[in-house]
Amino acid sequence: MSKVEFNKETGPREVFCGLTSIVWLHRRMPDAFFLVVGSRTCAHLIQSAAGVMIFAEPRFGTAILEEKDLAGLADAHEELDRVVNDLISRRPEIKTLFLVGSCPSEVIKLDLATVAEKLNKRFLGKVRFVNYSGSGIETTFTQGEDGALKALIPLMESSNEEKLLLVGTLANNVEDRFKKIFGNLGISNVESFPPRQSTELPKIGKNTKVLLTQPYLSDTIRDLKHRGCEIISAPFPLGIEGSTKWFLAAAKAFKISELKVHEIISPLINRAKLALESHKEILKGKRLFLLPESQLEISLARFLHNECEMNLIEVGTPYLNKDLMKEEINLLPDNTKIVEGQHVEKQLDRVRESNPDLVVCGMGLANPLEAEGISTKWSIEMVFSPIHGIDQAADLAGLFSKPLRRNQILTSKTLVTN
Amino acid sequence: MELTLWTYEGPPHVGAMRIASSMKEIHYVLHAPQGDTYADLLFTMIERRGQRPPVTYTTFQARDLGGDTAELVKKNIKEAVERFKPKTLLVGESCTAELIQDQPGALAKGMGFDMPIVNLELPAYSKKENWGASETFYQLARTLLKEKVNSSEKINPLRWKELGRRPKVNILGPSLLGFRCRDDVIEIQRILSEQGIDTNVVAPLGASPNDIERLIDAEINICLYKEIAEASCEWLKRNFGMEYTNTIPIGIKNTIEFINEVHNKLDLPLSNKEELENKSKLPWYSKSVDSNYLTGKRVFIFGDGTHAIAAAKIAKDELGFEVVGLGTYSREMARQVRATAKELNVEALITNNYLEVEDAMKKAAPELVLGTQMERHSAKRLGIPCSVISTPMHVQDVPARYSPQMGWEGANVIFDDWVHPLMMGLEEHLIDMFKHDFEFVDGHQSHLGHTASKTKDLISSDDKKDNNPKEGIIWTESGRAELTKVPFFVRGKVKTNTEKYAILRGIPEISDETLYDAKAYFS
Repeated sequence: MSKVEFNKETGPREVFCGLTSIVWLHRRMPDAFFLVVGSRTCAHLIQSAAGVMIFAEPRFGTAILEEKDLAGLADAHEELDRVVNDLISRRPEIKTLFLVGSCPSEVIKLDLATVAEKLNKRFLGKVRFVNYSGSGIETTFTQGEDGALKALIPLMESSNEEKLLLVGTLANNVEDRFKKIFGNLGISNVESFPPRQSTELPKIGKNTKVLLTQPYLSDTIRDLKHRGCEIISAPFPLGIEGSTKWFLAAAKAFKISELKVHEIISPLINRAKLALESHKEILKGKRLFLLPESQLEISLARFLHNECEMNLIEVGTPYLNKDLMKEEINLLPDNTKIVEGQHVEKQLDRVRESNPDLVVCGMGLANPLEAEGISTKWSIEMVFSPIHGIDQAADLAGLFSKPLRRNQILTSKTLVTN
Repeated sequence: MELTLWTYEGPPHVGAMRIASSMKEIHYVLHAPQGDTYADLLFTMIERRGQRPPVTYTTFQARDLGGDTAELVKKNIKEAVERFKPKTLLVGESCTAELIQDQPGALAKGMGFDMPIVNLELPAYSKKENWGASETFYQLARTLLKEKVNSSEKINPLRWKELGRRPKVNILGPSLLGFRCRDDVIEIQRILSEQGIDTNVVAPLGASPNDIERLIDAEINICLYKEIAEASCEWLKRNFGMEYTNTIPIGIKNTIEFINEVHNKLDLPLSNKEELENKSKLPWYSKSVDSNYLTGKRVFIFGDGTHAIAAAKIAKDELGFEVVGLGTYSREMARQVRATAKELNVEALITNNYLEVEDAMKKAAPELVLGTQMERHSAKRLGIPCSVISTPMHVQDVPARYSPQMGWEGANVIFDDWVHPLMMGLEEHLIDMFKHDFEFVDGHQSHLGHTASKTKDLISSDDKKDNNPKEGIIWTESGRAELTKVPFFVRGKVKTNTEKYAILRGIPEISDETLYDAKAYFS
């Protein structure tokens, strides 16, 4: 492991909670509905983060707890029953309904598992119910996906068929590219989790080789391991380097020679390097500060340093699983400062002191930093854009070069007036 | 438990944040878990604010719950006070913290600070954003003026005469995330100063705690947004005898009435009465022959109480529209909205559920929708022109240009904003009329995008599917052909009416003649 400096910080935070991951999960599985059992705050959070007005009826909603629900839990369970019944009769096309716990439902100890169990019996063969928590007292942002996937694992049937299982939500086009490349490598049995239809869950077992696409799935990985799956250790497929090592690790697990991998992906690498050039020109030598939010920060830091030649000031992450991240950490330059957790005020002090060229941060902080003259990139864009794989490396770099390029344009001397 | 897919208002602590963020030298310590920080983006992204809201979130986690969350609250309060040095501290909790009952307000008061501390108790499971904003502003005024309640005499609105100065008023209610508040304040101040009236304090927008203490230097209060300021105005009236205005100056008639009301309350003679009608272009634009086609346009209105009521009056009296629907999500203003609806002979729709609003909109078959951003989307789906008149805020509702709703310029803005979508509607009609002409390029894009044409398809596929709609009624070839000649935005209404007529008369087949019979019957 490279000599990386680990720090922990606690204090007030500025991050989304796990409920936010519903925004991409519901798009991945169009036959699923996500019902948050929570407060008006939860409903407001999701609509604010997602801009849901474009939908006539979104495939997520909130059962808002009211005063009378807090008075007696028995009544709350009945009320939830009623809401679910209404919802199912209104949306008969729904195949899987996720009951998503929130901060208030966790605090009053609303037992969503029992509710789900009862509903499963009643709607047997029509709708499946699963529950997980996306609460802010337990989860940060992307950890919501970890909870949702973990909740699906018990529904996955066993099979000893040999397969490669890609775990973590991917953009559909990226998924297709990966499958094609794996096919060229000779790995034809490739499935994805989460699948595109909630009812088409992959079967798993001891010959399932799991390759993570996202770094925030600690609990999911643990449970897949318990089901006998083999976990392939690799960096994450962000950038050329990460993706190459990711393909190599998969190939090794399937006993495919390195030579074969290089033969297949070399043209992609050459093409990607070419595309990366113009972005690198802008990013090279620029100083980067990553605030914690998506858990993608370490992989992004590795990509932006190793391939775009940016200098890392601080790499924040809301949560660090050193085991899961070891391949990534090994690729970081010496003396990289990783900070797990957050004290947002102290961290912002460090941002100002270090005078970075670019800060990766949440939407609440971006404009205030811009107003102070510091260029920013919102981290939420990383989970909505197709950024994985060799072919997307330049697009990923583009997310970071664009604010800097814009800054150059807008501060150009031609704007000077008298 | 209430199933909510989308909501017009946030929780009450977001209302408190609106007050805190609108003001200076105030800090709000909010006992809340980490996810609640999403609310910052409402201010930094939607309002494009260059500062973070002055809010510290205690960020408690599950593992803290077993231990001492009260200590965590105190630690955060201490740090926030040291770092931000506020003149006044607001302390409160969000929905989750309300359940663990740490009573952060009481904790803060026991910490020995010498600044005023406002303990906010905002019931998250029964109240909403606007209520929270109103309550916060009210508690703030109460706390900061507490000591003056008994020592001050009742304020005589005529005292400016004895004091030998121009009359002074406060403008209360404008806040961040309020609809066009920034520009309304400028417009109202301009109008008042033209009349020789000075503004003492604008609050909460831009005010400091010190300004709140100065509120009683004014003679009367202008209650600009009842949702936010009415409770405070009422308290100031009860305790200091300060009168406040009731008229919301949106539209020409209401602006004139507002000016009259202010003059009456201050006993200030109104010298330029005749000029007032000509301060805005709206009256003449509305009168000009070009606007003839606006007569009797069917308009559906939904929004917060203040803007919905104002819109209904302008629509009817100043633009000559027919109001076919009126509603609000502001339960606190339901009574006033119902009264206005009654005057207009429509039934008021009081609801939080946008799907109900969309249904009502569909049934009313309007030619123009005045609503929130959500109604804009619903109207788009139905292919009806729409203009946005109310919160909840969207980044589009914070335009770069000066764009008030109130006063003379507000009336100009309203004329343009409401009439332009209708002109587009007219254009849409022309596209429909000329689509068979050979000069007309096939696939001409509607300005409403693809949704509008989809809606048209919906209606026509409805026609096909519904060949035997209600009780065995059949549309004949001629009836169907005639229906397609009806402008798209009333086609649905004509179809329903004709069917209704056919059922009434026991006519089994609808021909072109039936269509005309029904038209005559219902006109």
